[in-house]
Amino acid sequence: MEIVLAIGIGVLAGSGGWLLLRPRTFQVIIGLSLLSYAVNLFIVAMGRLKIDAAPILGSHAAEDITGLPDPLPQALVLTAIVISFATTALFLVVLIASRGLTGTDHVDGREP
Amino acid sequence: MNNLMIAPVVLPLFAGAIMLALGGEQRRNISAALNIITSFALVAISIILLRAAAVAPTGVAGGYRRGDWPAPFAIVLVVDRLATLMLLLTSLLAAAAAVFSLARWHRVGVLFHPLFQFMLMGINGAFLTGDLFNLFVFIEVLLAASYGLALHGSGSARVKAGLHYIAVNLVASLLFLIGVSLIYGVTGTLNMADLATRIPAIGAQDRGLLEAGAGILGIAFLVKAGMWPLCFWLPGTYAAAPPPVAAIFAVLTKVGAYIIIRLSLLLFGDGTGASAQFGDQLLLMGGMATVAFGAIGSLASQDMARLASFSVLVSSGTILATIGLGQVGVTGAALFYLISSTLGLGAFFLLIELVERDREPGADVLAVTRELYGDEDDSENLQETGIAIPATIGILGVAFISCALVISGMPPLSGFVAKFAILTTALGSPANELPLAVWIFLFLSIMSGLAALIAMTRAGIRSFWASPDRTIPRVRLIEMAPVAVLLLLCAIQTVEAGPVMRFMQATAQSLHAPHHYVRGVLDSPVRPDDSRGPT
Repeated sequence: MEIVLAIGIGVLAGSGGWLLLRPRTFQVIIGLSLLSYAVNLFIVAMGRLKIDAAPILGSHAAEDITGLPDPLPQALVLTAIVISFATTALFLVVLIASRGLTGTDHVDGREP
Repeated sequence: MNNLMIAPVVLPLFAGAIMLALGGEQRRNISAALNIITSFALVAISIILLRAAAVAPTGVAGGYRRGDWPAPFAIVLVVDRLATLMLLLTSLLAAAAAVFSLARWHRVGVLFHPLFQFMLMGINGAFLTGDLFNLFVFIEVLLAASYGLALHGSGSARVKAGLHYIAVNLVASLLFLIGVSLIYGVTGTLNMADLATRIPAIGAQDRGLLEAGAGILGIAFLVKAGMWPLCFWLPGTYAAAPPPVAAIFAVLTKVGAYIIIRLSLLLFGDGTGASAQFGDQLLLMGGMATVAFGAIGSLASQDMARLASFSVLVSSGTILATIGLGQVGVTGAALFYLISSTLGLGAFFLLIELVERDREPGADVLAVTRELYGDEDDSENLQETGIAIPATIGILGVAFISCALVISGMPPLSGFVAKFAILTTALGSPANELPLAVWIFLFLSIMSGLAALIAMTRAGIRSFWASPDRTIPRVRLIEMAPVAVLLLLCAIQTVEAGPVMRFMQATAQSLHAPHHYVRGVLDSPVRPDDSRGPT
């Protein structure tokens, strides 16, 4: 389980990082999205992985909280998803504005 | 008093929301009035909070627990000396920039005033919060608003610089998240005060992970503070931003510096076990590299806006290096320098536009956007017949010289007092054997002042002693007054240097003794008769 998640995060972060360094704005935005997926998974992983555990406290299980996953990273990741979604949308607008104003999709606004 | 602590966050939020609800652009005058009122109200609130923190014996005026849950579980706002000092600095600059924007800049694009208030909310929240993840949220709020403001007025130069600015900050935010989650994974808490109590007890097997998390978190803030080599995005963005926005952006780098000061002294100060002074060497080296880079950049820059941007780098480099020195006296002097240089730079960013008006390519952009928003014709005509202050060039020249004195650290203004205080406290007593790094820092500090003086003198000669057929810029009183007030504040800081410096040293002392902060947050009393609170 751990190794699968670790490889998944590594592949996402690696491809995201590579795309981020590419010269086209579309590649940059896809790279940022992949990186943010990797980070979101990483936050969940930092709350320790648990399989077959109830996500929230039931009414009768109050005496045993050790078998439950940590709810805080889930709250954090929810916030992080919302924020990265919003900022990515905003970046997309700037990207299109840049394409319209400069006539190229190069990140520097002109072909090298 | 207690509910006033959250006012710096809630007030701009509501002001911005009301502006949007009123229809934004259709009622720009109402928005402008609200913006001015809120900005000045924030100045008053900051002063009240600052006085409360100054008289508190421990330096912590109190913690504000949202929802009244006890501290490690609730997200707290902490009002202490450093936070209120930064609040006051921000609100002063914001009030000046808001007044300045009324002359023309708020008309060149949409939604200037709401974005301005949302950015203030983010900045104030980042200063006040006592929780790492809440800090992330506030920083995202201020960044999202700053993206909009950096692009205010549009134009290809701004969009190009804005594209880089947004991409860099999105990556920095992701690093921030990785750092926060690593720290949470090791310590199990995100409350800064609680972290400070838990870090000394971290076992050796987890310490590497904790330091990796703190390092990644630090990188995210150093990108915002503009440490070399993470600062390549800064000069372009700041030079391209509209002047009132650039003046506020002078505070944005200080947000990064503030968090570095706060966290490095709280989590890795003296007596925090094996990780004490973590990252101090890196801050010192990086800060010095930033000062050198900024000084060379300011010598090389052709136009004034880039010169000012590189001066921002020199200022944050000096502050980062002084944090790296890790001495109480130097930290106090650095705080004095922080206030003085930020006020000076804010005034300079506003002044540049007045001096370069009618000469820079930015004027063309302004003309184009005026055509786009063609409904403003009547008010533009009104502006042209408005009262232009006489002897414009003379007044601008005096203001320019004052800015140059503050930024380069020459007597008699506050820049000199600040630099002098940093140098004397870094030298310490004559008997001390100083390490080589401190000598290099002293040398760089003096040389950066010289570089700033040369660069500003050259820029001044070019724009003020130019040929007599130079067009004299039309400057209105509400544009000149904010610059004058900011410079006046620098002058007051010089005249009242004694009390101000004592306050800074008291602030530095409470920063270097973080147990006051920790106790102030964790022990803040829960009302016993409150049935709504958790049991």
